[in-house]
Amino acid sequence: MSAAVDVTDASFDTEVLNSSETIMVDFWAEWCGPCRAVSPILDAIAAEHAGKIKIVKLNVDDNPQTAMKYQITSIPAMKVFQGGEVVKTIIGAKPKPQIEADLAEFIG
Amino acid sequence: MRQIIIIGSGPAGFTAAIYAARANLAPLLIASSVDAGGELTKTTEVDNFPGFPDGVQGPDLMVAMQKQAERFGTQVVLDDVTNLDLAGETKKVTLGNGEVHEALTVIFATGSAYRKLGLADEERLSGMGVSWCATCDGFFFRNKTIAVIGGGDSAMEEATFLTRFADKVYVIHRKAELRASKAMQDRAFADPKIEFLWNKEVEHIYGDTLVTGIGLRDTVNGSESTVDLNGVFIAIGADPRTHLVHDQLTLNADGTVAVVGRTSRTNIAGVFAAGDVIDPTYRQAVTAAASGTVAALDAEHYLAALPKALVMGATQPGEYTPESAAVSA
Repeated sequence: MSAAVDVTDASFDTEVLNSSETIMVDFWAEWCGPCRAVSPILDAIAAEHAGKIKIVKLNVDDNPQTAMKYQITSIPAMKVFQGGEVVKTIIGAKPKPQIEADLAEFIG
Repeated sequence: MRQIIIIGSGPAGFTAAIYAARANLAPLLIASSVDAGGELTKTTEVDNFPGFPDGVQGPDLMVAMQKQAERFGTQVVLDDVTNLDLAGETKKVTLGNGEVHEALTVIFATGSAYRKLGLADEERLSGMGVSWCATCDGFFFRNKTIAVIGGGDSAMEEATFLTRFADKVYVIHRKAELRASKAMQDRAFADPKIEFLWNKEVEHIYGDTLVTGIGLRDTVNGSESTVDLNGVFIAIGADPRTHLVHDQLTLNADGTVAVVGRTSRTNIAGVFAAGDVIDPTYRQAVTAAASGTVAALDAEHYLAALPKALVMGATQPGEYTPESAAVSA
């Protein structure tokens, strides 16, 4: 199982939008194979860059409001939030070096 | 050093691993970091794999194949091959984590990668309504209008699957008839939510932050039209995944890896290829699995003919432990 904290429609404001940290939200679902593949990669990135970026997960099945608000039409989708704003979007499962390159400005 | 490294984790790779492992060759299988299990992990019901009278879910089938390969001592690594050096007697396989593995034989079973339309807006709107995975993304198109581009089995499967969510599914095909199997065609034709647009090519995908429509051109009379919709699922086939080997292995004109006759032998001794990466024609789970068998048997015969000292120097059965697999899996 992933070590990342689960966020919900109810906790999204507190955990993500009002956070002072850089937070990456992993929009995922049980039935999405690529989501399961990328999950351990995100865990590893979070562990290696603790303090720079925090990674949380949002299950789109259980939390449709947030998924709809951010116009999610493809998962896995990873959105990086700073100060309540989306500053980066990564679409699709990619190998670790590619995701790290996408996140270079936050974890470099 | 190993006796055998298998690159790829679809039906070809895992079947090769099952045969190689049962022949006590202790194979190392490089499965990829995010595409492990191959194309079948993105499908739903598989009804044409023998032995499953009620069908089987594609992802479940691949998990079962992996377990079967591991049961006989295959070590599965969830990483990507970044470099391959096939020329010498010892083949070198470099992984994304920097590790270099060596083996006397390599089975190359990397399958194929989705073909793209080649439109600039396709990349830009990817994840904003453009998708290559109906099972991943169909959920987000509940009560929406979408299009599936393509005329093969995977296009029909996606269209039929997407009617679970969408109100309306256009199938857009550049010819007047489908390449899909009769059974898949009949299912799609019978579905009231599916409408076929024949002889149409996608020229534009419109949308700012989300897809809003597509522009079509008639392949017969050249007339142009637009369709308002929310999503575009692209299923126009796949190309053999050969970027790691295109300057080492001989390729056919269609892009597949060239093999000798009915064997899996490539132009380099000790290198065998199997599955969709050598098959421009059939590309079924079963034919890929059969092809993996051929490659494992060919590799086995090749190893048997090598000087004994060389083979003895490679990993012997018994070195494999479940713990070593657990670390990498």
